[in-house]
Amino acid sequence: MLEIRNLHVQIEDKKILNGLTLTVNDGEVAAIMGPNGSGKSTLSYVIAGKEDYEVLDGEILLDGQNLLEMEPDQRAAAGVFLAFQYPLEIPGVATMTFLKAAMNAQRKQRGEDELATPDFMKRVRAAADKLQIGQDMLKRALNVGFSGGEKKRMEILQMALLEPRFCILDETDSGLDIDALKIAADGVNALRGGERSFLVITHYQRLLNYIVPDSVHVMAAGKVVRSGGKELALELEANGYADYRSQAA
Amino acid sequence: MPAVQETVEKVRAIDVDQYKYGFSTDLEVDKAPVGLNEDIVRLISAKKNEPEWMLEWRLDAYRRWLTMREPTWARVSYPPIDFNGIHYYAAPKLNAAPKSLDEVDPAILETYKKLGIPLREQEILAGVQTSKVAVDAVFDSVSVVTTFKEELKKAGVIFCSISEAIREYPDLVRKYLGSVVPVTDNFYATLNTAVFTDGSFVYVPKGVRCPMELSTYFRINEKNTGQFERTLIIAEEGAYVSYLEGCTAPQRDENQLHAAVVELVALDDAEIKYSTVQNWYPGDAEGKGGVYNFVTKRGDCRGRNSKISWTQVETGSAITWKYPSCILRGEGSRGEFYSIAVSNGMQQVDSGTKMIHLGKNTTSRIISKGISAGRSQNTYRGQVSAHRKATGARNFTNCDSLLIGSACGAHTVPYMESKNASAVFEHEATTSKISEDQMFYCQQRGLSAEEATALIVNGFVKDVLQQLPMEFAVEAQKLISISLEGSVG
Repeated sequence: MLEIRNLHVQIEDKKILNGLTLTVNDGEVAAIMGPNGSGKSTLSYVIAGKEDYEVLDGEILLDGQNLLEMEPDQRAAAGVFLAFQYPLEIPGVATMTFLKAAMNAQRKQRGEDELATPDFMKRVRAAADKLQIGQDMLKRALNVGFSGGEKKRMEILQMALLEPRFCILDETDSGLDIDALKIAADGVNALRGGERSFLVITHYQRLLNYIVPDSVHVMAAGKVVRSGGKELALELEANGYADYRSQAA
Repeated sequence: MPAVQETVEKVRAIDVDQYKYGFSTDLEVDKAPVGLNEDIVRLISAKKNEPEWMLEWRLDAYRRWLTMREPTWARVSYPPIDFNGIHYYAAPKLNAAPKSLDEVDPAILETYKKLGIPLREQEILAGVQTSKVAVDAVFDSVSVVTTFKEELKKAGVIFCSISEAIREYPDLVRKYLGSVVPVTDNFYATLNTAVFTDGSFVYVPKGVRCPMELSTYFRINEKNTGQFERTLIIAEEGAYVSYLEGCTAPQRDENQLHAAVVELVALDDAEIKYSTVQNWYPGDAEGKGGVYNFVTKRGDCRGRNSKISWTQVETGSAITWKYPSCILRGEGSRGEFYSIAVSNGMQQVDSGTKMIHLGKNTTSRIISKGISAGRSQNTYRGQVSAHRKATGARNFTNCDSLLIGSACGAHTVPYMESKNASAVFEHEATTSKISEDQMFYCQQRGLSAEEATALIVNGFVKDVLQQLPMEFAVEAQKLISISLEGSVG
């Protein structure tokens, strides 16, 4: 279970989150929607532990562990995964090499043995096939020269291989055409189940047609201003964010 | 976030002075008195049982050296060196030359073991493994042991210490020694000529492909001993040889001077591949006590369609002053230079290459990757020139710098000169920084800050690492990670 309580965050003296409170239960898929500048991406970065963000107050607990006291890599090993809106390029590092380094680094942090190469290859191949990621793409440098859709699928592939406890999808739908969106959504849906929970950040209702959430939360001016079921997303689609903008101001 | 602060402190504590190979071995030593004069030159020559012509050559160099001045054009600074405060000769005491590894001082073998060079194992494995590495181990100026000699002999390859070559193959040595780097080439090369104590000699006869990679591990061990190695490699017509040189040095308070000279000669259709992993002691966090590495390396593509390729991974030394170069004399000859230069702490690197196009249709390629961290300064200095007769000369240069942190510096100083209108030179250069976003991305996937840096750096240097022989590449990759420890945060 992820619990965020009264979170206040600023970056370079600019207040972004203003007392955000949110709970995501085991196995739950929670969607966060809201207008530009409402603090959605900041929320994802703060959970994952990006520097630059100053937490003024509040706490973030994953299964009772205080994430704010952990380094980003420790949070990753504890099961936090962030699918980036703009995945970074790592020139010269083959995707395969990166995947292995990440998986083994997490295993090491958890005190587990490194994966044997055949086992690793088998896992990668199986997961890549589902996302229609070819072998040649795995040999290329991570994200270098990848199309928008390829980058997003690569994020989902990493998510599948790292088997996180808590996944954040930051605008995974942005820049994807409908076919690419379906592949990505299928990839995510295949990972649903058990205790794994998701925080799906999106502007548009469209993604939620494919990844159907259990709950929808509306963010405005740095906090959750309304929560509801999946029907709330449809209502937002119809009426827009105008009401919430004025409410936040 | 207090956790971040704690990590930063921790990372700062791991510093360059925790030099991984900082230990020394106690051995009885036969040492020349401190200082340099004609008597010392005579002593070195006598210790080596050298012929008269060699002594004369040394004395001539010494006299010329007295009139020369240290070069000051490199972007490095250091206190004046007291050339009379150095021991110019030291040899481990041995009763007789060892015939096998069993006869080698166990303390020496132990030292190599610590360095991860399982000499003994290599010999045992020799019969079963397909890839064989011959090690001419240079321990404090004297070759202690030479392995695989017999097998090389069968192929007609001569691989021995330069001292032995001077005695056993004087004609070859006289013909080629000093023919690539002349006696008065530069201050340090001239000094080397006067006082060099040992080094390697390789001769590959016509049409022979050397059956194994030849490898020399250099190591400075004796306190205050200047190291003056001399290496000469000759590849006759159609011959091929790949030579590996790796260095590690124990921790010292005094500065240690290292002024080696390496000469390569490639005749018609011959190819020489020379790879170096350099890991001399870089000094403590303040830059105190590191090795001064003032090296002259030059290859002469003397024959038609000959090829010389330099690959270097430079991680050590307080100061590096090194420009492995190619003289492209033979028509259609080719020179290559692949370099990774890593600097951290207070290290100063001024390194690069010279490609001198003399012959028609000569080509050269330069790939240089500089990585600066800490408060280090890293300069690439390269010269590409085409002379009047070098019709159709071509060069491609790619020179990338990567900065880690904001207290270090990267500099690129290319010199280009063409006296032939048909020559084509290309130069690409980039300078980049590891971005915080890249770091965060890697850390979000579970890599620690150090692991993330190592991964990104390895990606940056990949093009050059690929040029190294497999085992060397793995070692080099490890070394780069070790060298950059403490650079994050």
